Amino acid sequence: MSRENSLVTAQWVEDNLDTDGIVLIEVDEDTTAYDKGHIKGAIKLDWTTDLQDQVRRDFVNKAQFEALLSERGVSNDDTVVLYGGNNNWFAAYAYWYFKLYGHQDVKLLDGGRKKWELDSRELTAELPTRAKTSYTATEQDASIRAFRDEVVAAIGTQNLVDVRSPDEYAGRLLAPAHLPQEQAQRAGHIPTAASVPWSKAANDDGTFKSDDELKDIYTEAGVDWTKDTIAYCRIGERSSHTWFVLKELLGQDNVKNYDGSWTEYGSLVGVPVALGDERGSADEGGN
Amino acid sequence: MCGATEGGLSLDGVNVAKEAVIQGQVLRGSEPVPNAYVRLLDRTGEFTAEVPTSATGHFRFFAGDGEWTLRTLAPQADPVDTRVVAATGSVAEVQVLVAG
Repeated sequence: MSRENSLVTAQWVEDNLDTDGIVLIEVDEDTTAYDKGHIKGAIKLDWTTDLQDQVRRDFVNKAQFEALLSERGVSNDDTVVLYGGNNNWFAAYAYWYFKLYGHQDVKLLDGGRKKWELDSRELTAELPTRAKTSYTATEQDASIRAFRDEVVAAIGTQNLVDVRSPDEYAGRLLAPAHLPQEQAQRAGHIPTAASVPWSKAANDDGTFKSDDELKDIYTEAGVDWTKDTIAYCRIGERSSHTWFVLKELLGQDNVKNYDGSWTEYGSLVGVPVALGDERGSADEGGN
Repeated sequence: MCGATEGGLSLDGVNVAKEAVIQGQVLRGSEPVPNAYVRLLDRTGEFTAEVPTSATGHFRFFAGDGEWTLRTLAPQADPVDTRVVAATGSVAEVQVLVAG
């Protein structure tokens, strides 16, 4: 992938508001934001109810995803353009999710809802109507989703990128201030993980930094471009933002998002945990 | 800086004793700015949270004890940084003026 294939500007979206075959989808952490106003024609996905299994901690399955997109009127050959608040965290999460289920043509609006609003572009409360479709998903693409065992196996061998804030990485905080406090049993980070807060990849207006700037940021943090990479955060949404940067903007092969992230890893029995600002070593703690 | 000022955002339903609240209003001149974004940066300048302002230009964070910076972005205005100290059990009221 590349920036040209995976990212569109606010101007591009405005120019294509009435183009057939393009579906705008808003996905927000604040699931009420859409209801107050959204980009004309955009539909809404609620990450807590639409994209999560309501019993197990997992995603909706293939059949549920197919039913969801069919009901919302999304076709397999549509160009899906995702955007949202909070610097596109949950839009990036949805982007990764669409890729997981094999949607071919997905793009992210650079800067998301914030950039759109800071540009003083129009929002509407009008709800679009879309005819139902018959959407077909693929099986989950295991090449972009990491599970706990491969995360443990990656310690000291692959790139692990911790995209939480430095205080969460060091174990001084279990969750950032202001956000919902889903927590793990233990604080700290996965030994050998590099600390690259997601925010390093974005400008204040929510747009992504240039490819050259991004390469420098991860290189300086110790990411080895010859190795496979797993990104994680607390619940897997901020790390989707970083997954998007590494896989889609910079075109790295073999980048996975660990959606279990720290709320799973930090509650596992017997796994190694590192505290403090240093990366720690592979033989630290654990059994 | 502490204590809700008259006309500030209502604290109904907020357990102030357990929270380190930072809240306020973004204004352009005397006009509220409803489509601004306020970023909460920690003592090292690291992003912690971000909220859009309400229809009346108001915002609120549930921060932690210590020093914070609010970085306010508004249409057609340069970002404005405002230093603020938050403490559990109090409300830090902030008024942010953007240019233009």
